Amino acid sequence: MVRIRFQQNLDDLKEKLLVMAGMAEQAIQRAVEAYRVRDLSICDLVDRGEMAINRLEREIDQMALDLLAMEQPMAIDLRFILAVIKINADLERVGDSARAISDRVRELQAFPEAEMPIDIPRTANLASAMVRKALQAFIEGDAEVAESVLSMDDSVDKLNGAAHYTLLNLMKKEPAVAPQALNALMISRALERVADHATNIAEDVIFWVRGADVRHHMGAAAGNSKADGK
Amino acid sequence: MGVGIEVNLLNAWYGANHTLEDITLHIPANEATALIGPSGCGKSTFVRCLNRMHETNPIAKVTGEVKVGGVDIYSETSAVEVRRRIGMVFQRPNPFPTMSIYDNVASGLRLNGFRVRRVLDEVVERSLKHAALWEEVKDDLKKKSGASLSGGQQQRLCIARALAVDPEVLLMDEPASALDPVSTAKIEDLIFELKSQYTIVIVTHNMQQAARVAERTGFFLNGKLIEFDSTHKIFTNPSDKRTEDYITGRFG
Repeated sequence: MVRIRFQQNLDDLKEKLLVMAGMAEQAIQRAVEAYRVRDLSICDLVDRGEMAINRLEREIDQMALDLLAMEQPMAIDLRFILAVIKINADLERVGDSARAISDRVRELQAFPEAEMPIDIPRTANLASAMVRKALQAFIEGDAEVAESVLSMDDSVDKLNGAAHYTLLNLMKKEPAVAPQALNALMISRALERVADHATNIAEDVIFWVRGADVRHHMGAAAGNSKADGK
Repeated sequence: MGVGIEVNLLNAWYGANHTLEDITLHIPANEATALIGPSGCGKSTFVRCLNRMHETNPIAKVTGEVKVGGVDIYSETSAVEVRRRIGMVFQRPNPFPTMSIYDNVASGLRLNGFRVRRVLDEVVERSLKHAALWEEVKDDLKKKSGASLSGGQQQRLCIARALAVDPEVLLMDEPASALDPVSTAKIEDLIFELKSQYTIVIVTHNMQQAARVAERTGFFLNGKLIEFDSTHKIFTNPSDKRTEDYITGRFG
């Protein structure tokens, strides 16, 4: 094996991204838990975590930039670093979504609790599962696992669409709970965005492993032959 | 204008050493094609087969077909004519040290019997302009020797010398490996300009250079052409694992 130091640097980059991924995933779980139990101390944890995620984003970008400049990577190494840069941005936005949920929970403190006829925990579980699976695909370099994430996105979109419809109707029928319904709507929307980021991460893993750009449902077949040979 | 090169089942030997095995590829006209691979992989031997320089070694042997512009250079034309149509630039600039800049560029034409002063003047000026050297040397054409120029200028002088005999193909064997980054950039810019008029084949160890200047890239390993594809494909998503291992530095 030549370029041992470079390989070590790639491993370090991957490890750092996984640390950030763990924090982003935890942030979503905490934010949803804060909403479920209306606990502001959990919101504080989410907010602090988001700042740590932002710091890591900058560090990872710097590491990736250094590797691009100093090592001039090619082929699978180049695709890996590009994928890391993009996944890094998506994970940072997962952190932002957690923070957005946390903000909604704080706002809800001003209003009496009201039962919302939508299933936020189910949407949250699905979105978290997508993030977890996308990261599993990243850890294992497994494009097939990444593909399975893409197919999960529709379920979250449907749940969010249904929540949107239900909550708008509720606001019309019961204007008194409109603030709570509006916040629930924004939380559902934030979770839907988390699922979108998980989808992006999965697409980046496919790009890294197969060299195929499958974004926007285009060119899904490209590059499969090489991956099959791995 | 440049012409395409068709290579079919080319084999080459140095004595008992089989240095090229069944190489088949098509080099398109008016493009730059880069050849990469570890030392001793056969890429330099390959370009030396394209202008019949390989056979100048008494223990060397070549079989197969190399058609330049549809003409088989091994059976349908002379070695001298081949080397007029196919110019070559080497790793180390090799101007004739005792000749002036002018005489260096004119040397190929004079060897071919051209003596008319006006014609020689025109060709020298045009060749130096094509090689992006004219502005730097036009006032010293006959005052300074080729050896008095900087390394980068000497290499461009050698390119001008190769262009003076109006070739269709320009072979470059690591033309910038002995040059500093600024001179290297000038040579790369020049390759980009020359493509419109010549077919260029460049051997390089510098993969970033191949990626910058060439439309197509061939990867050689142990005398075999492992992969030949668009440069974009080779450097972002090569089809063969051996190509990927080489360009990512996992061996070589």
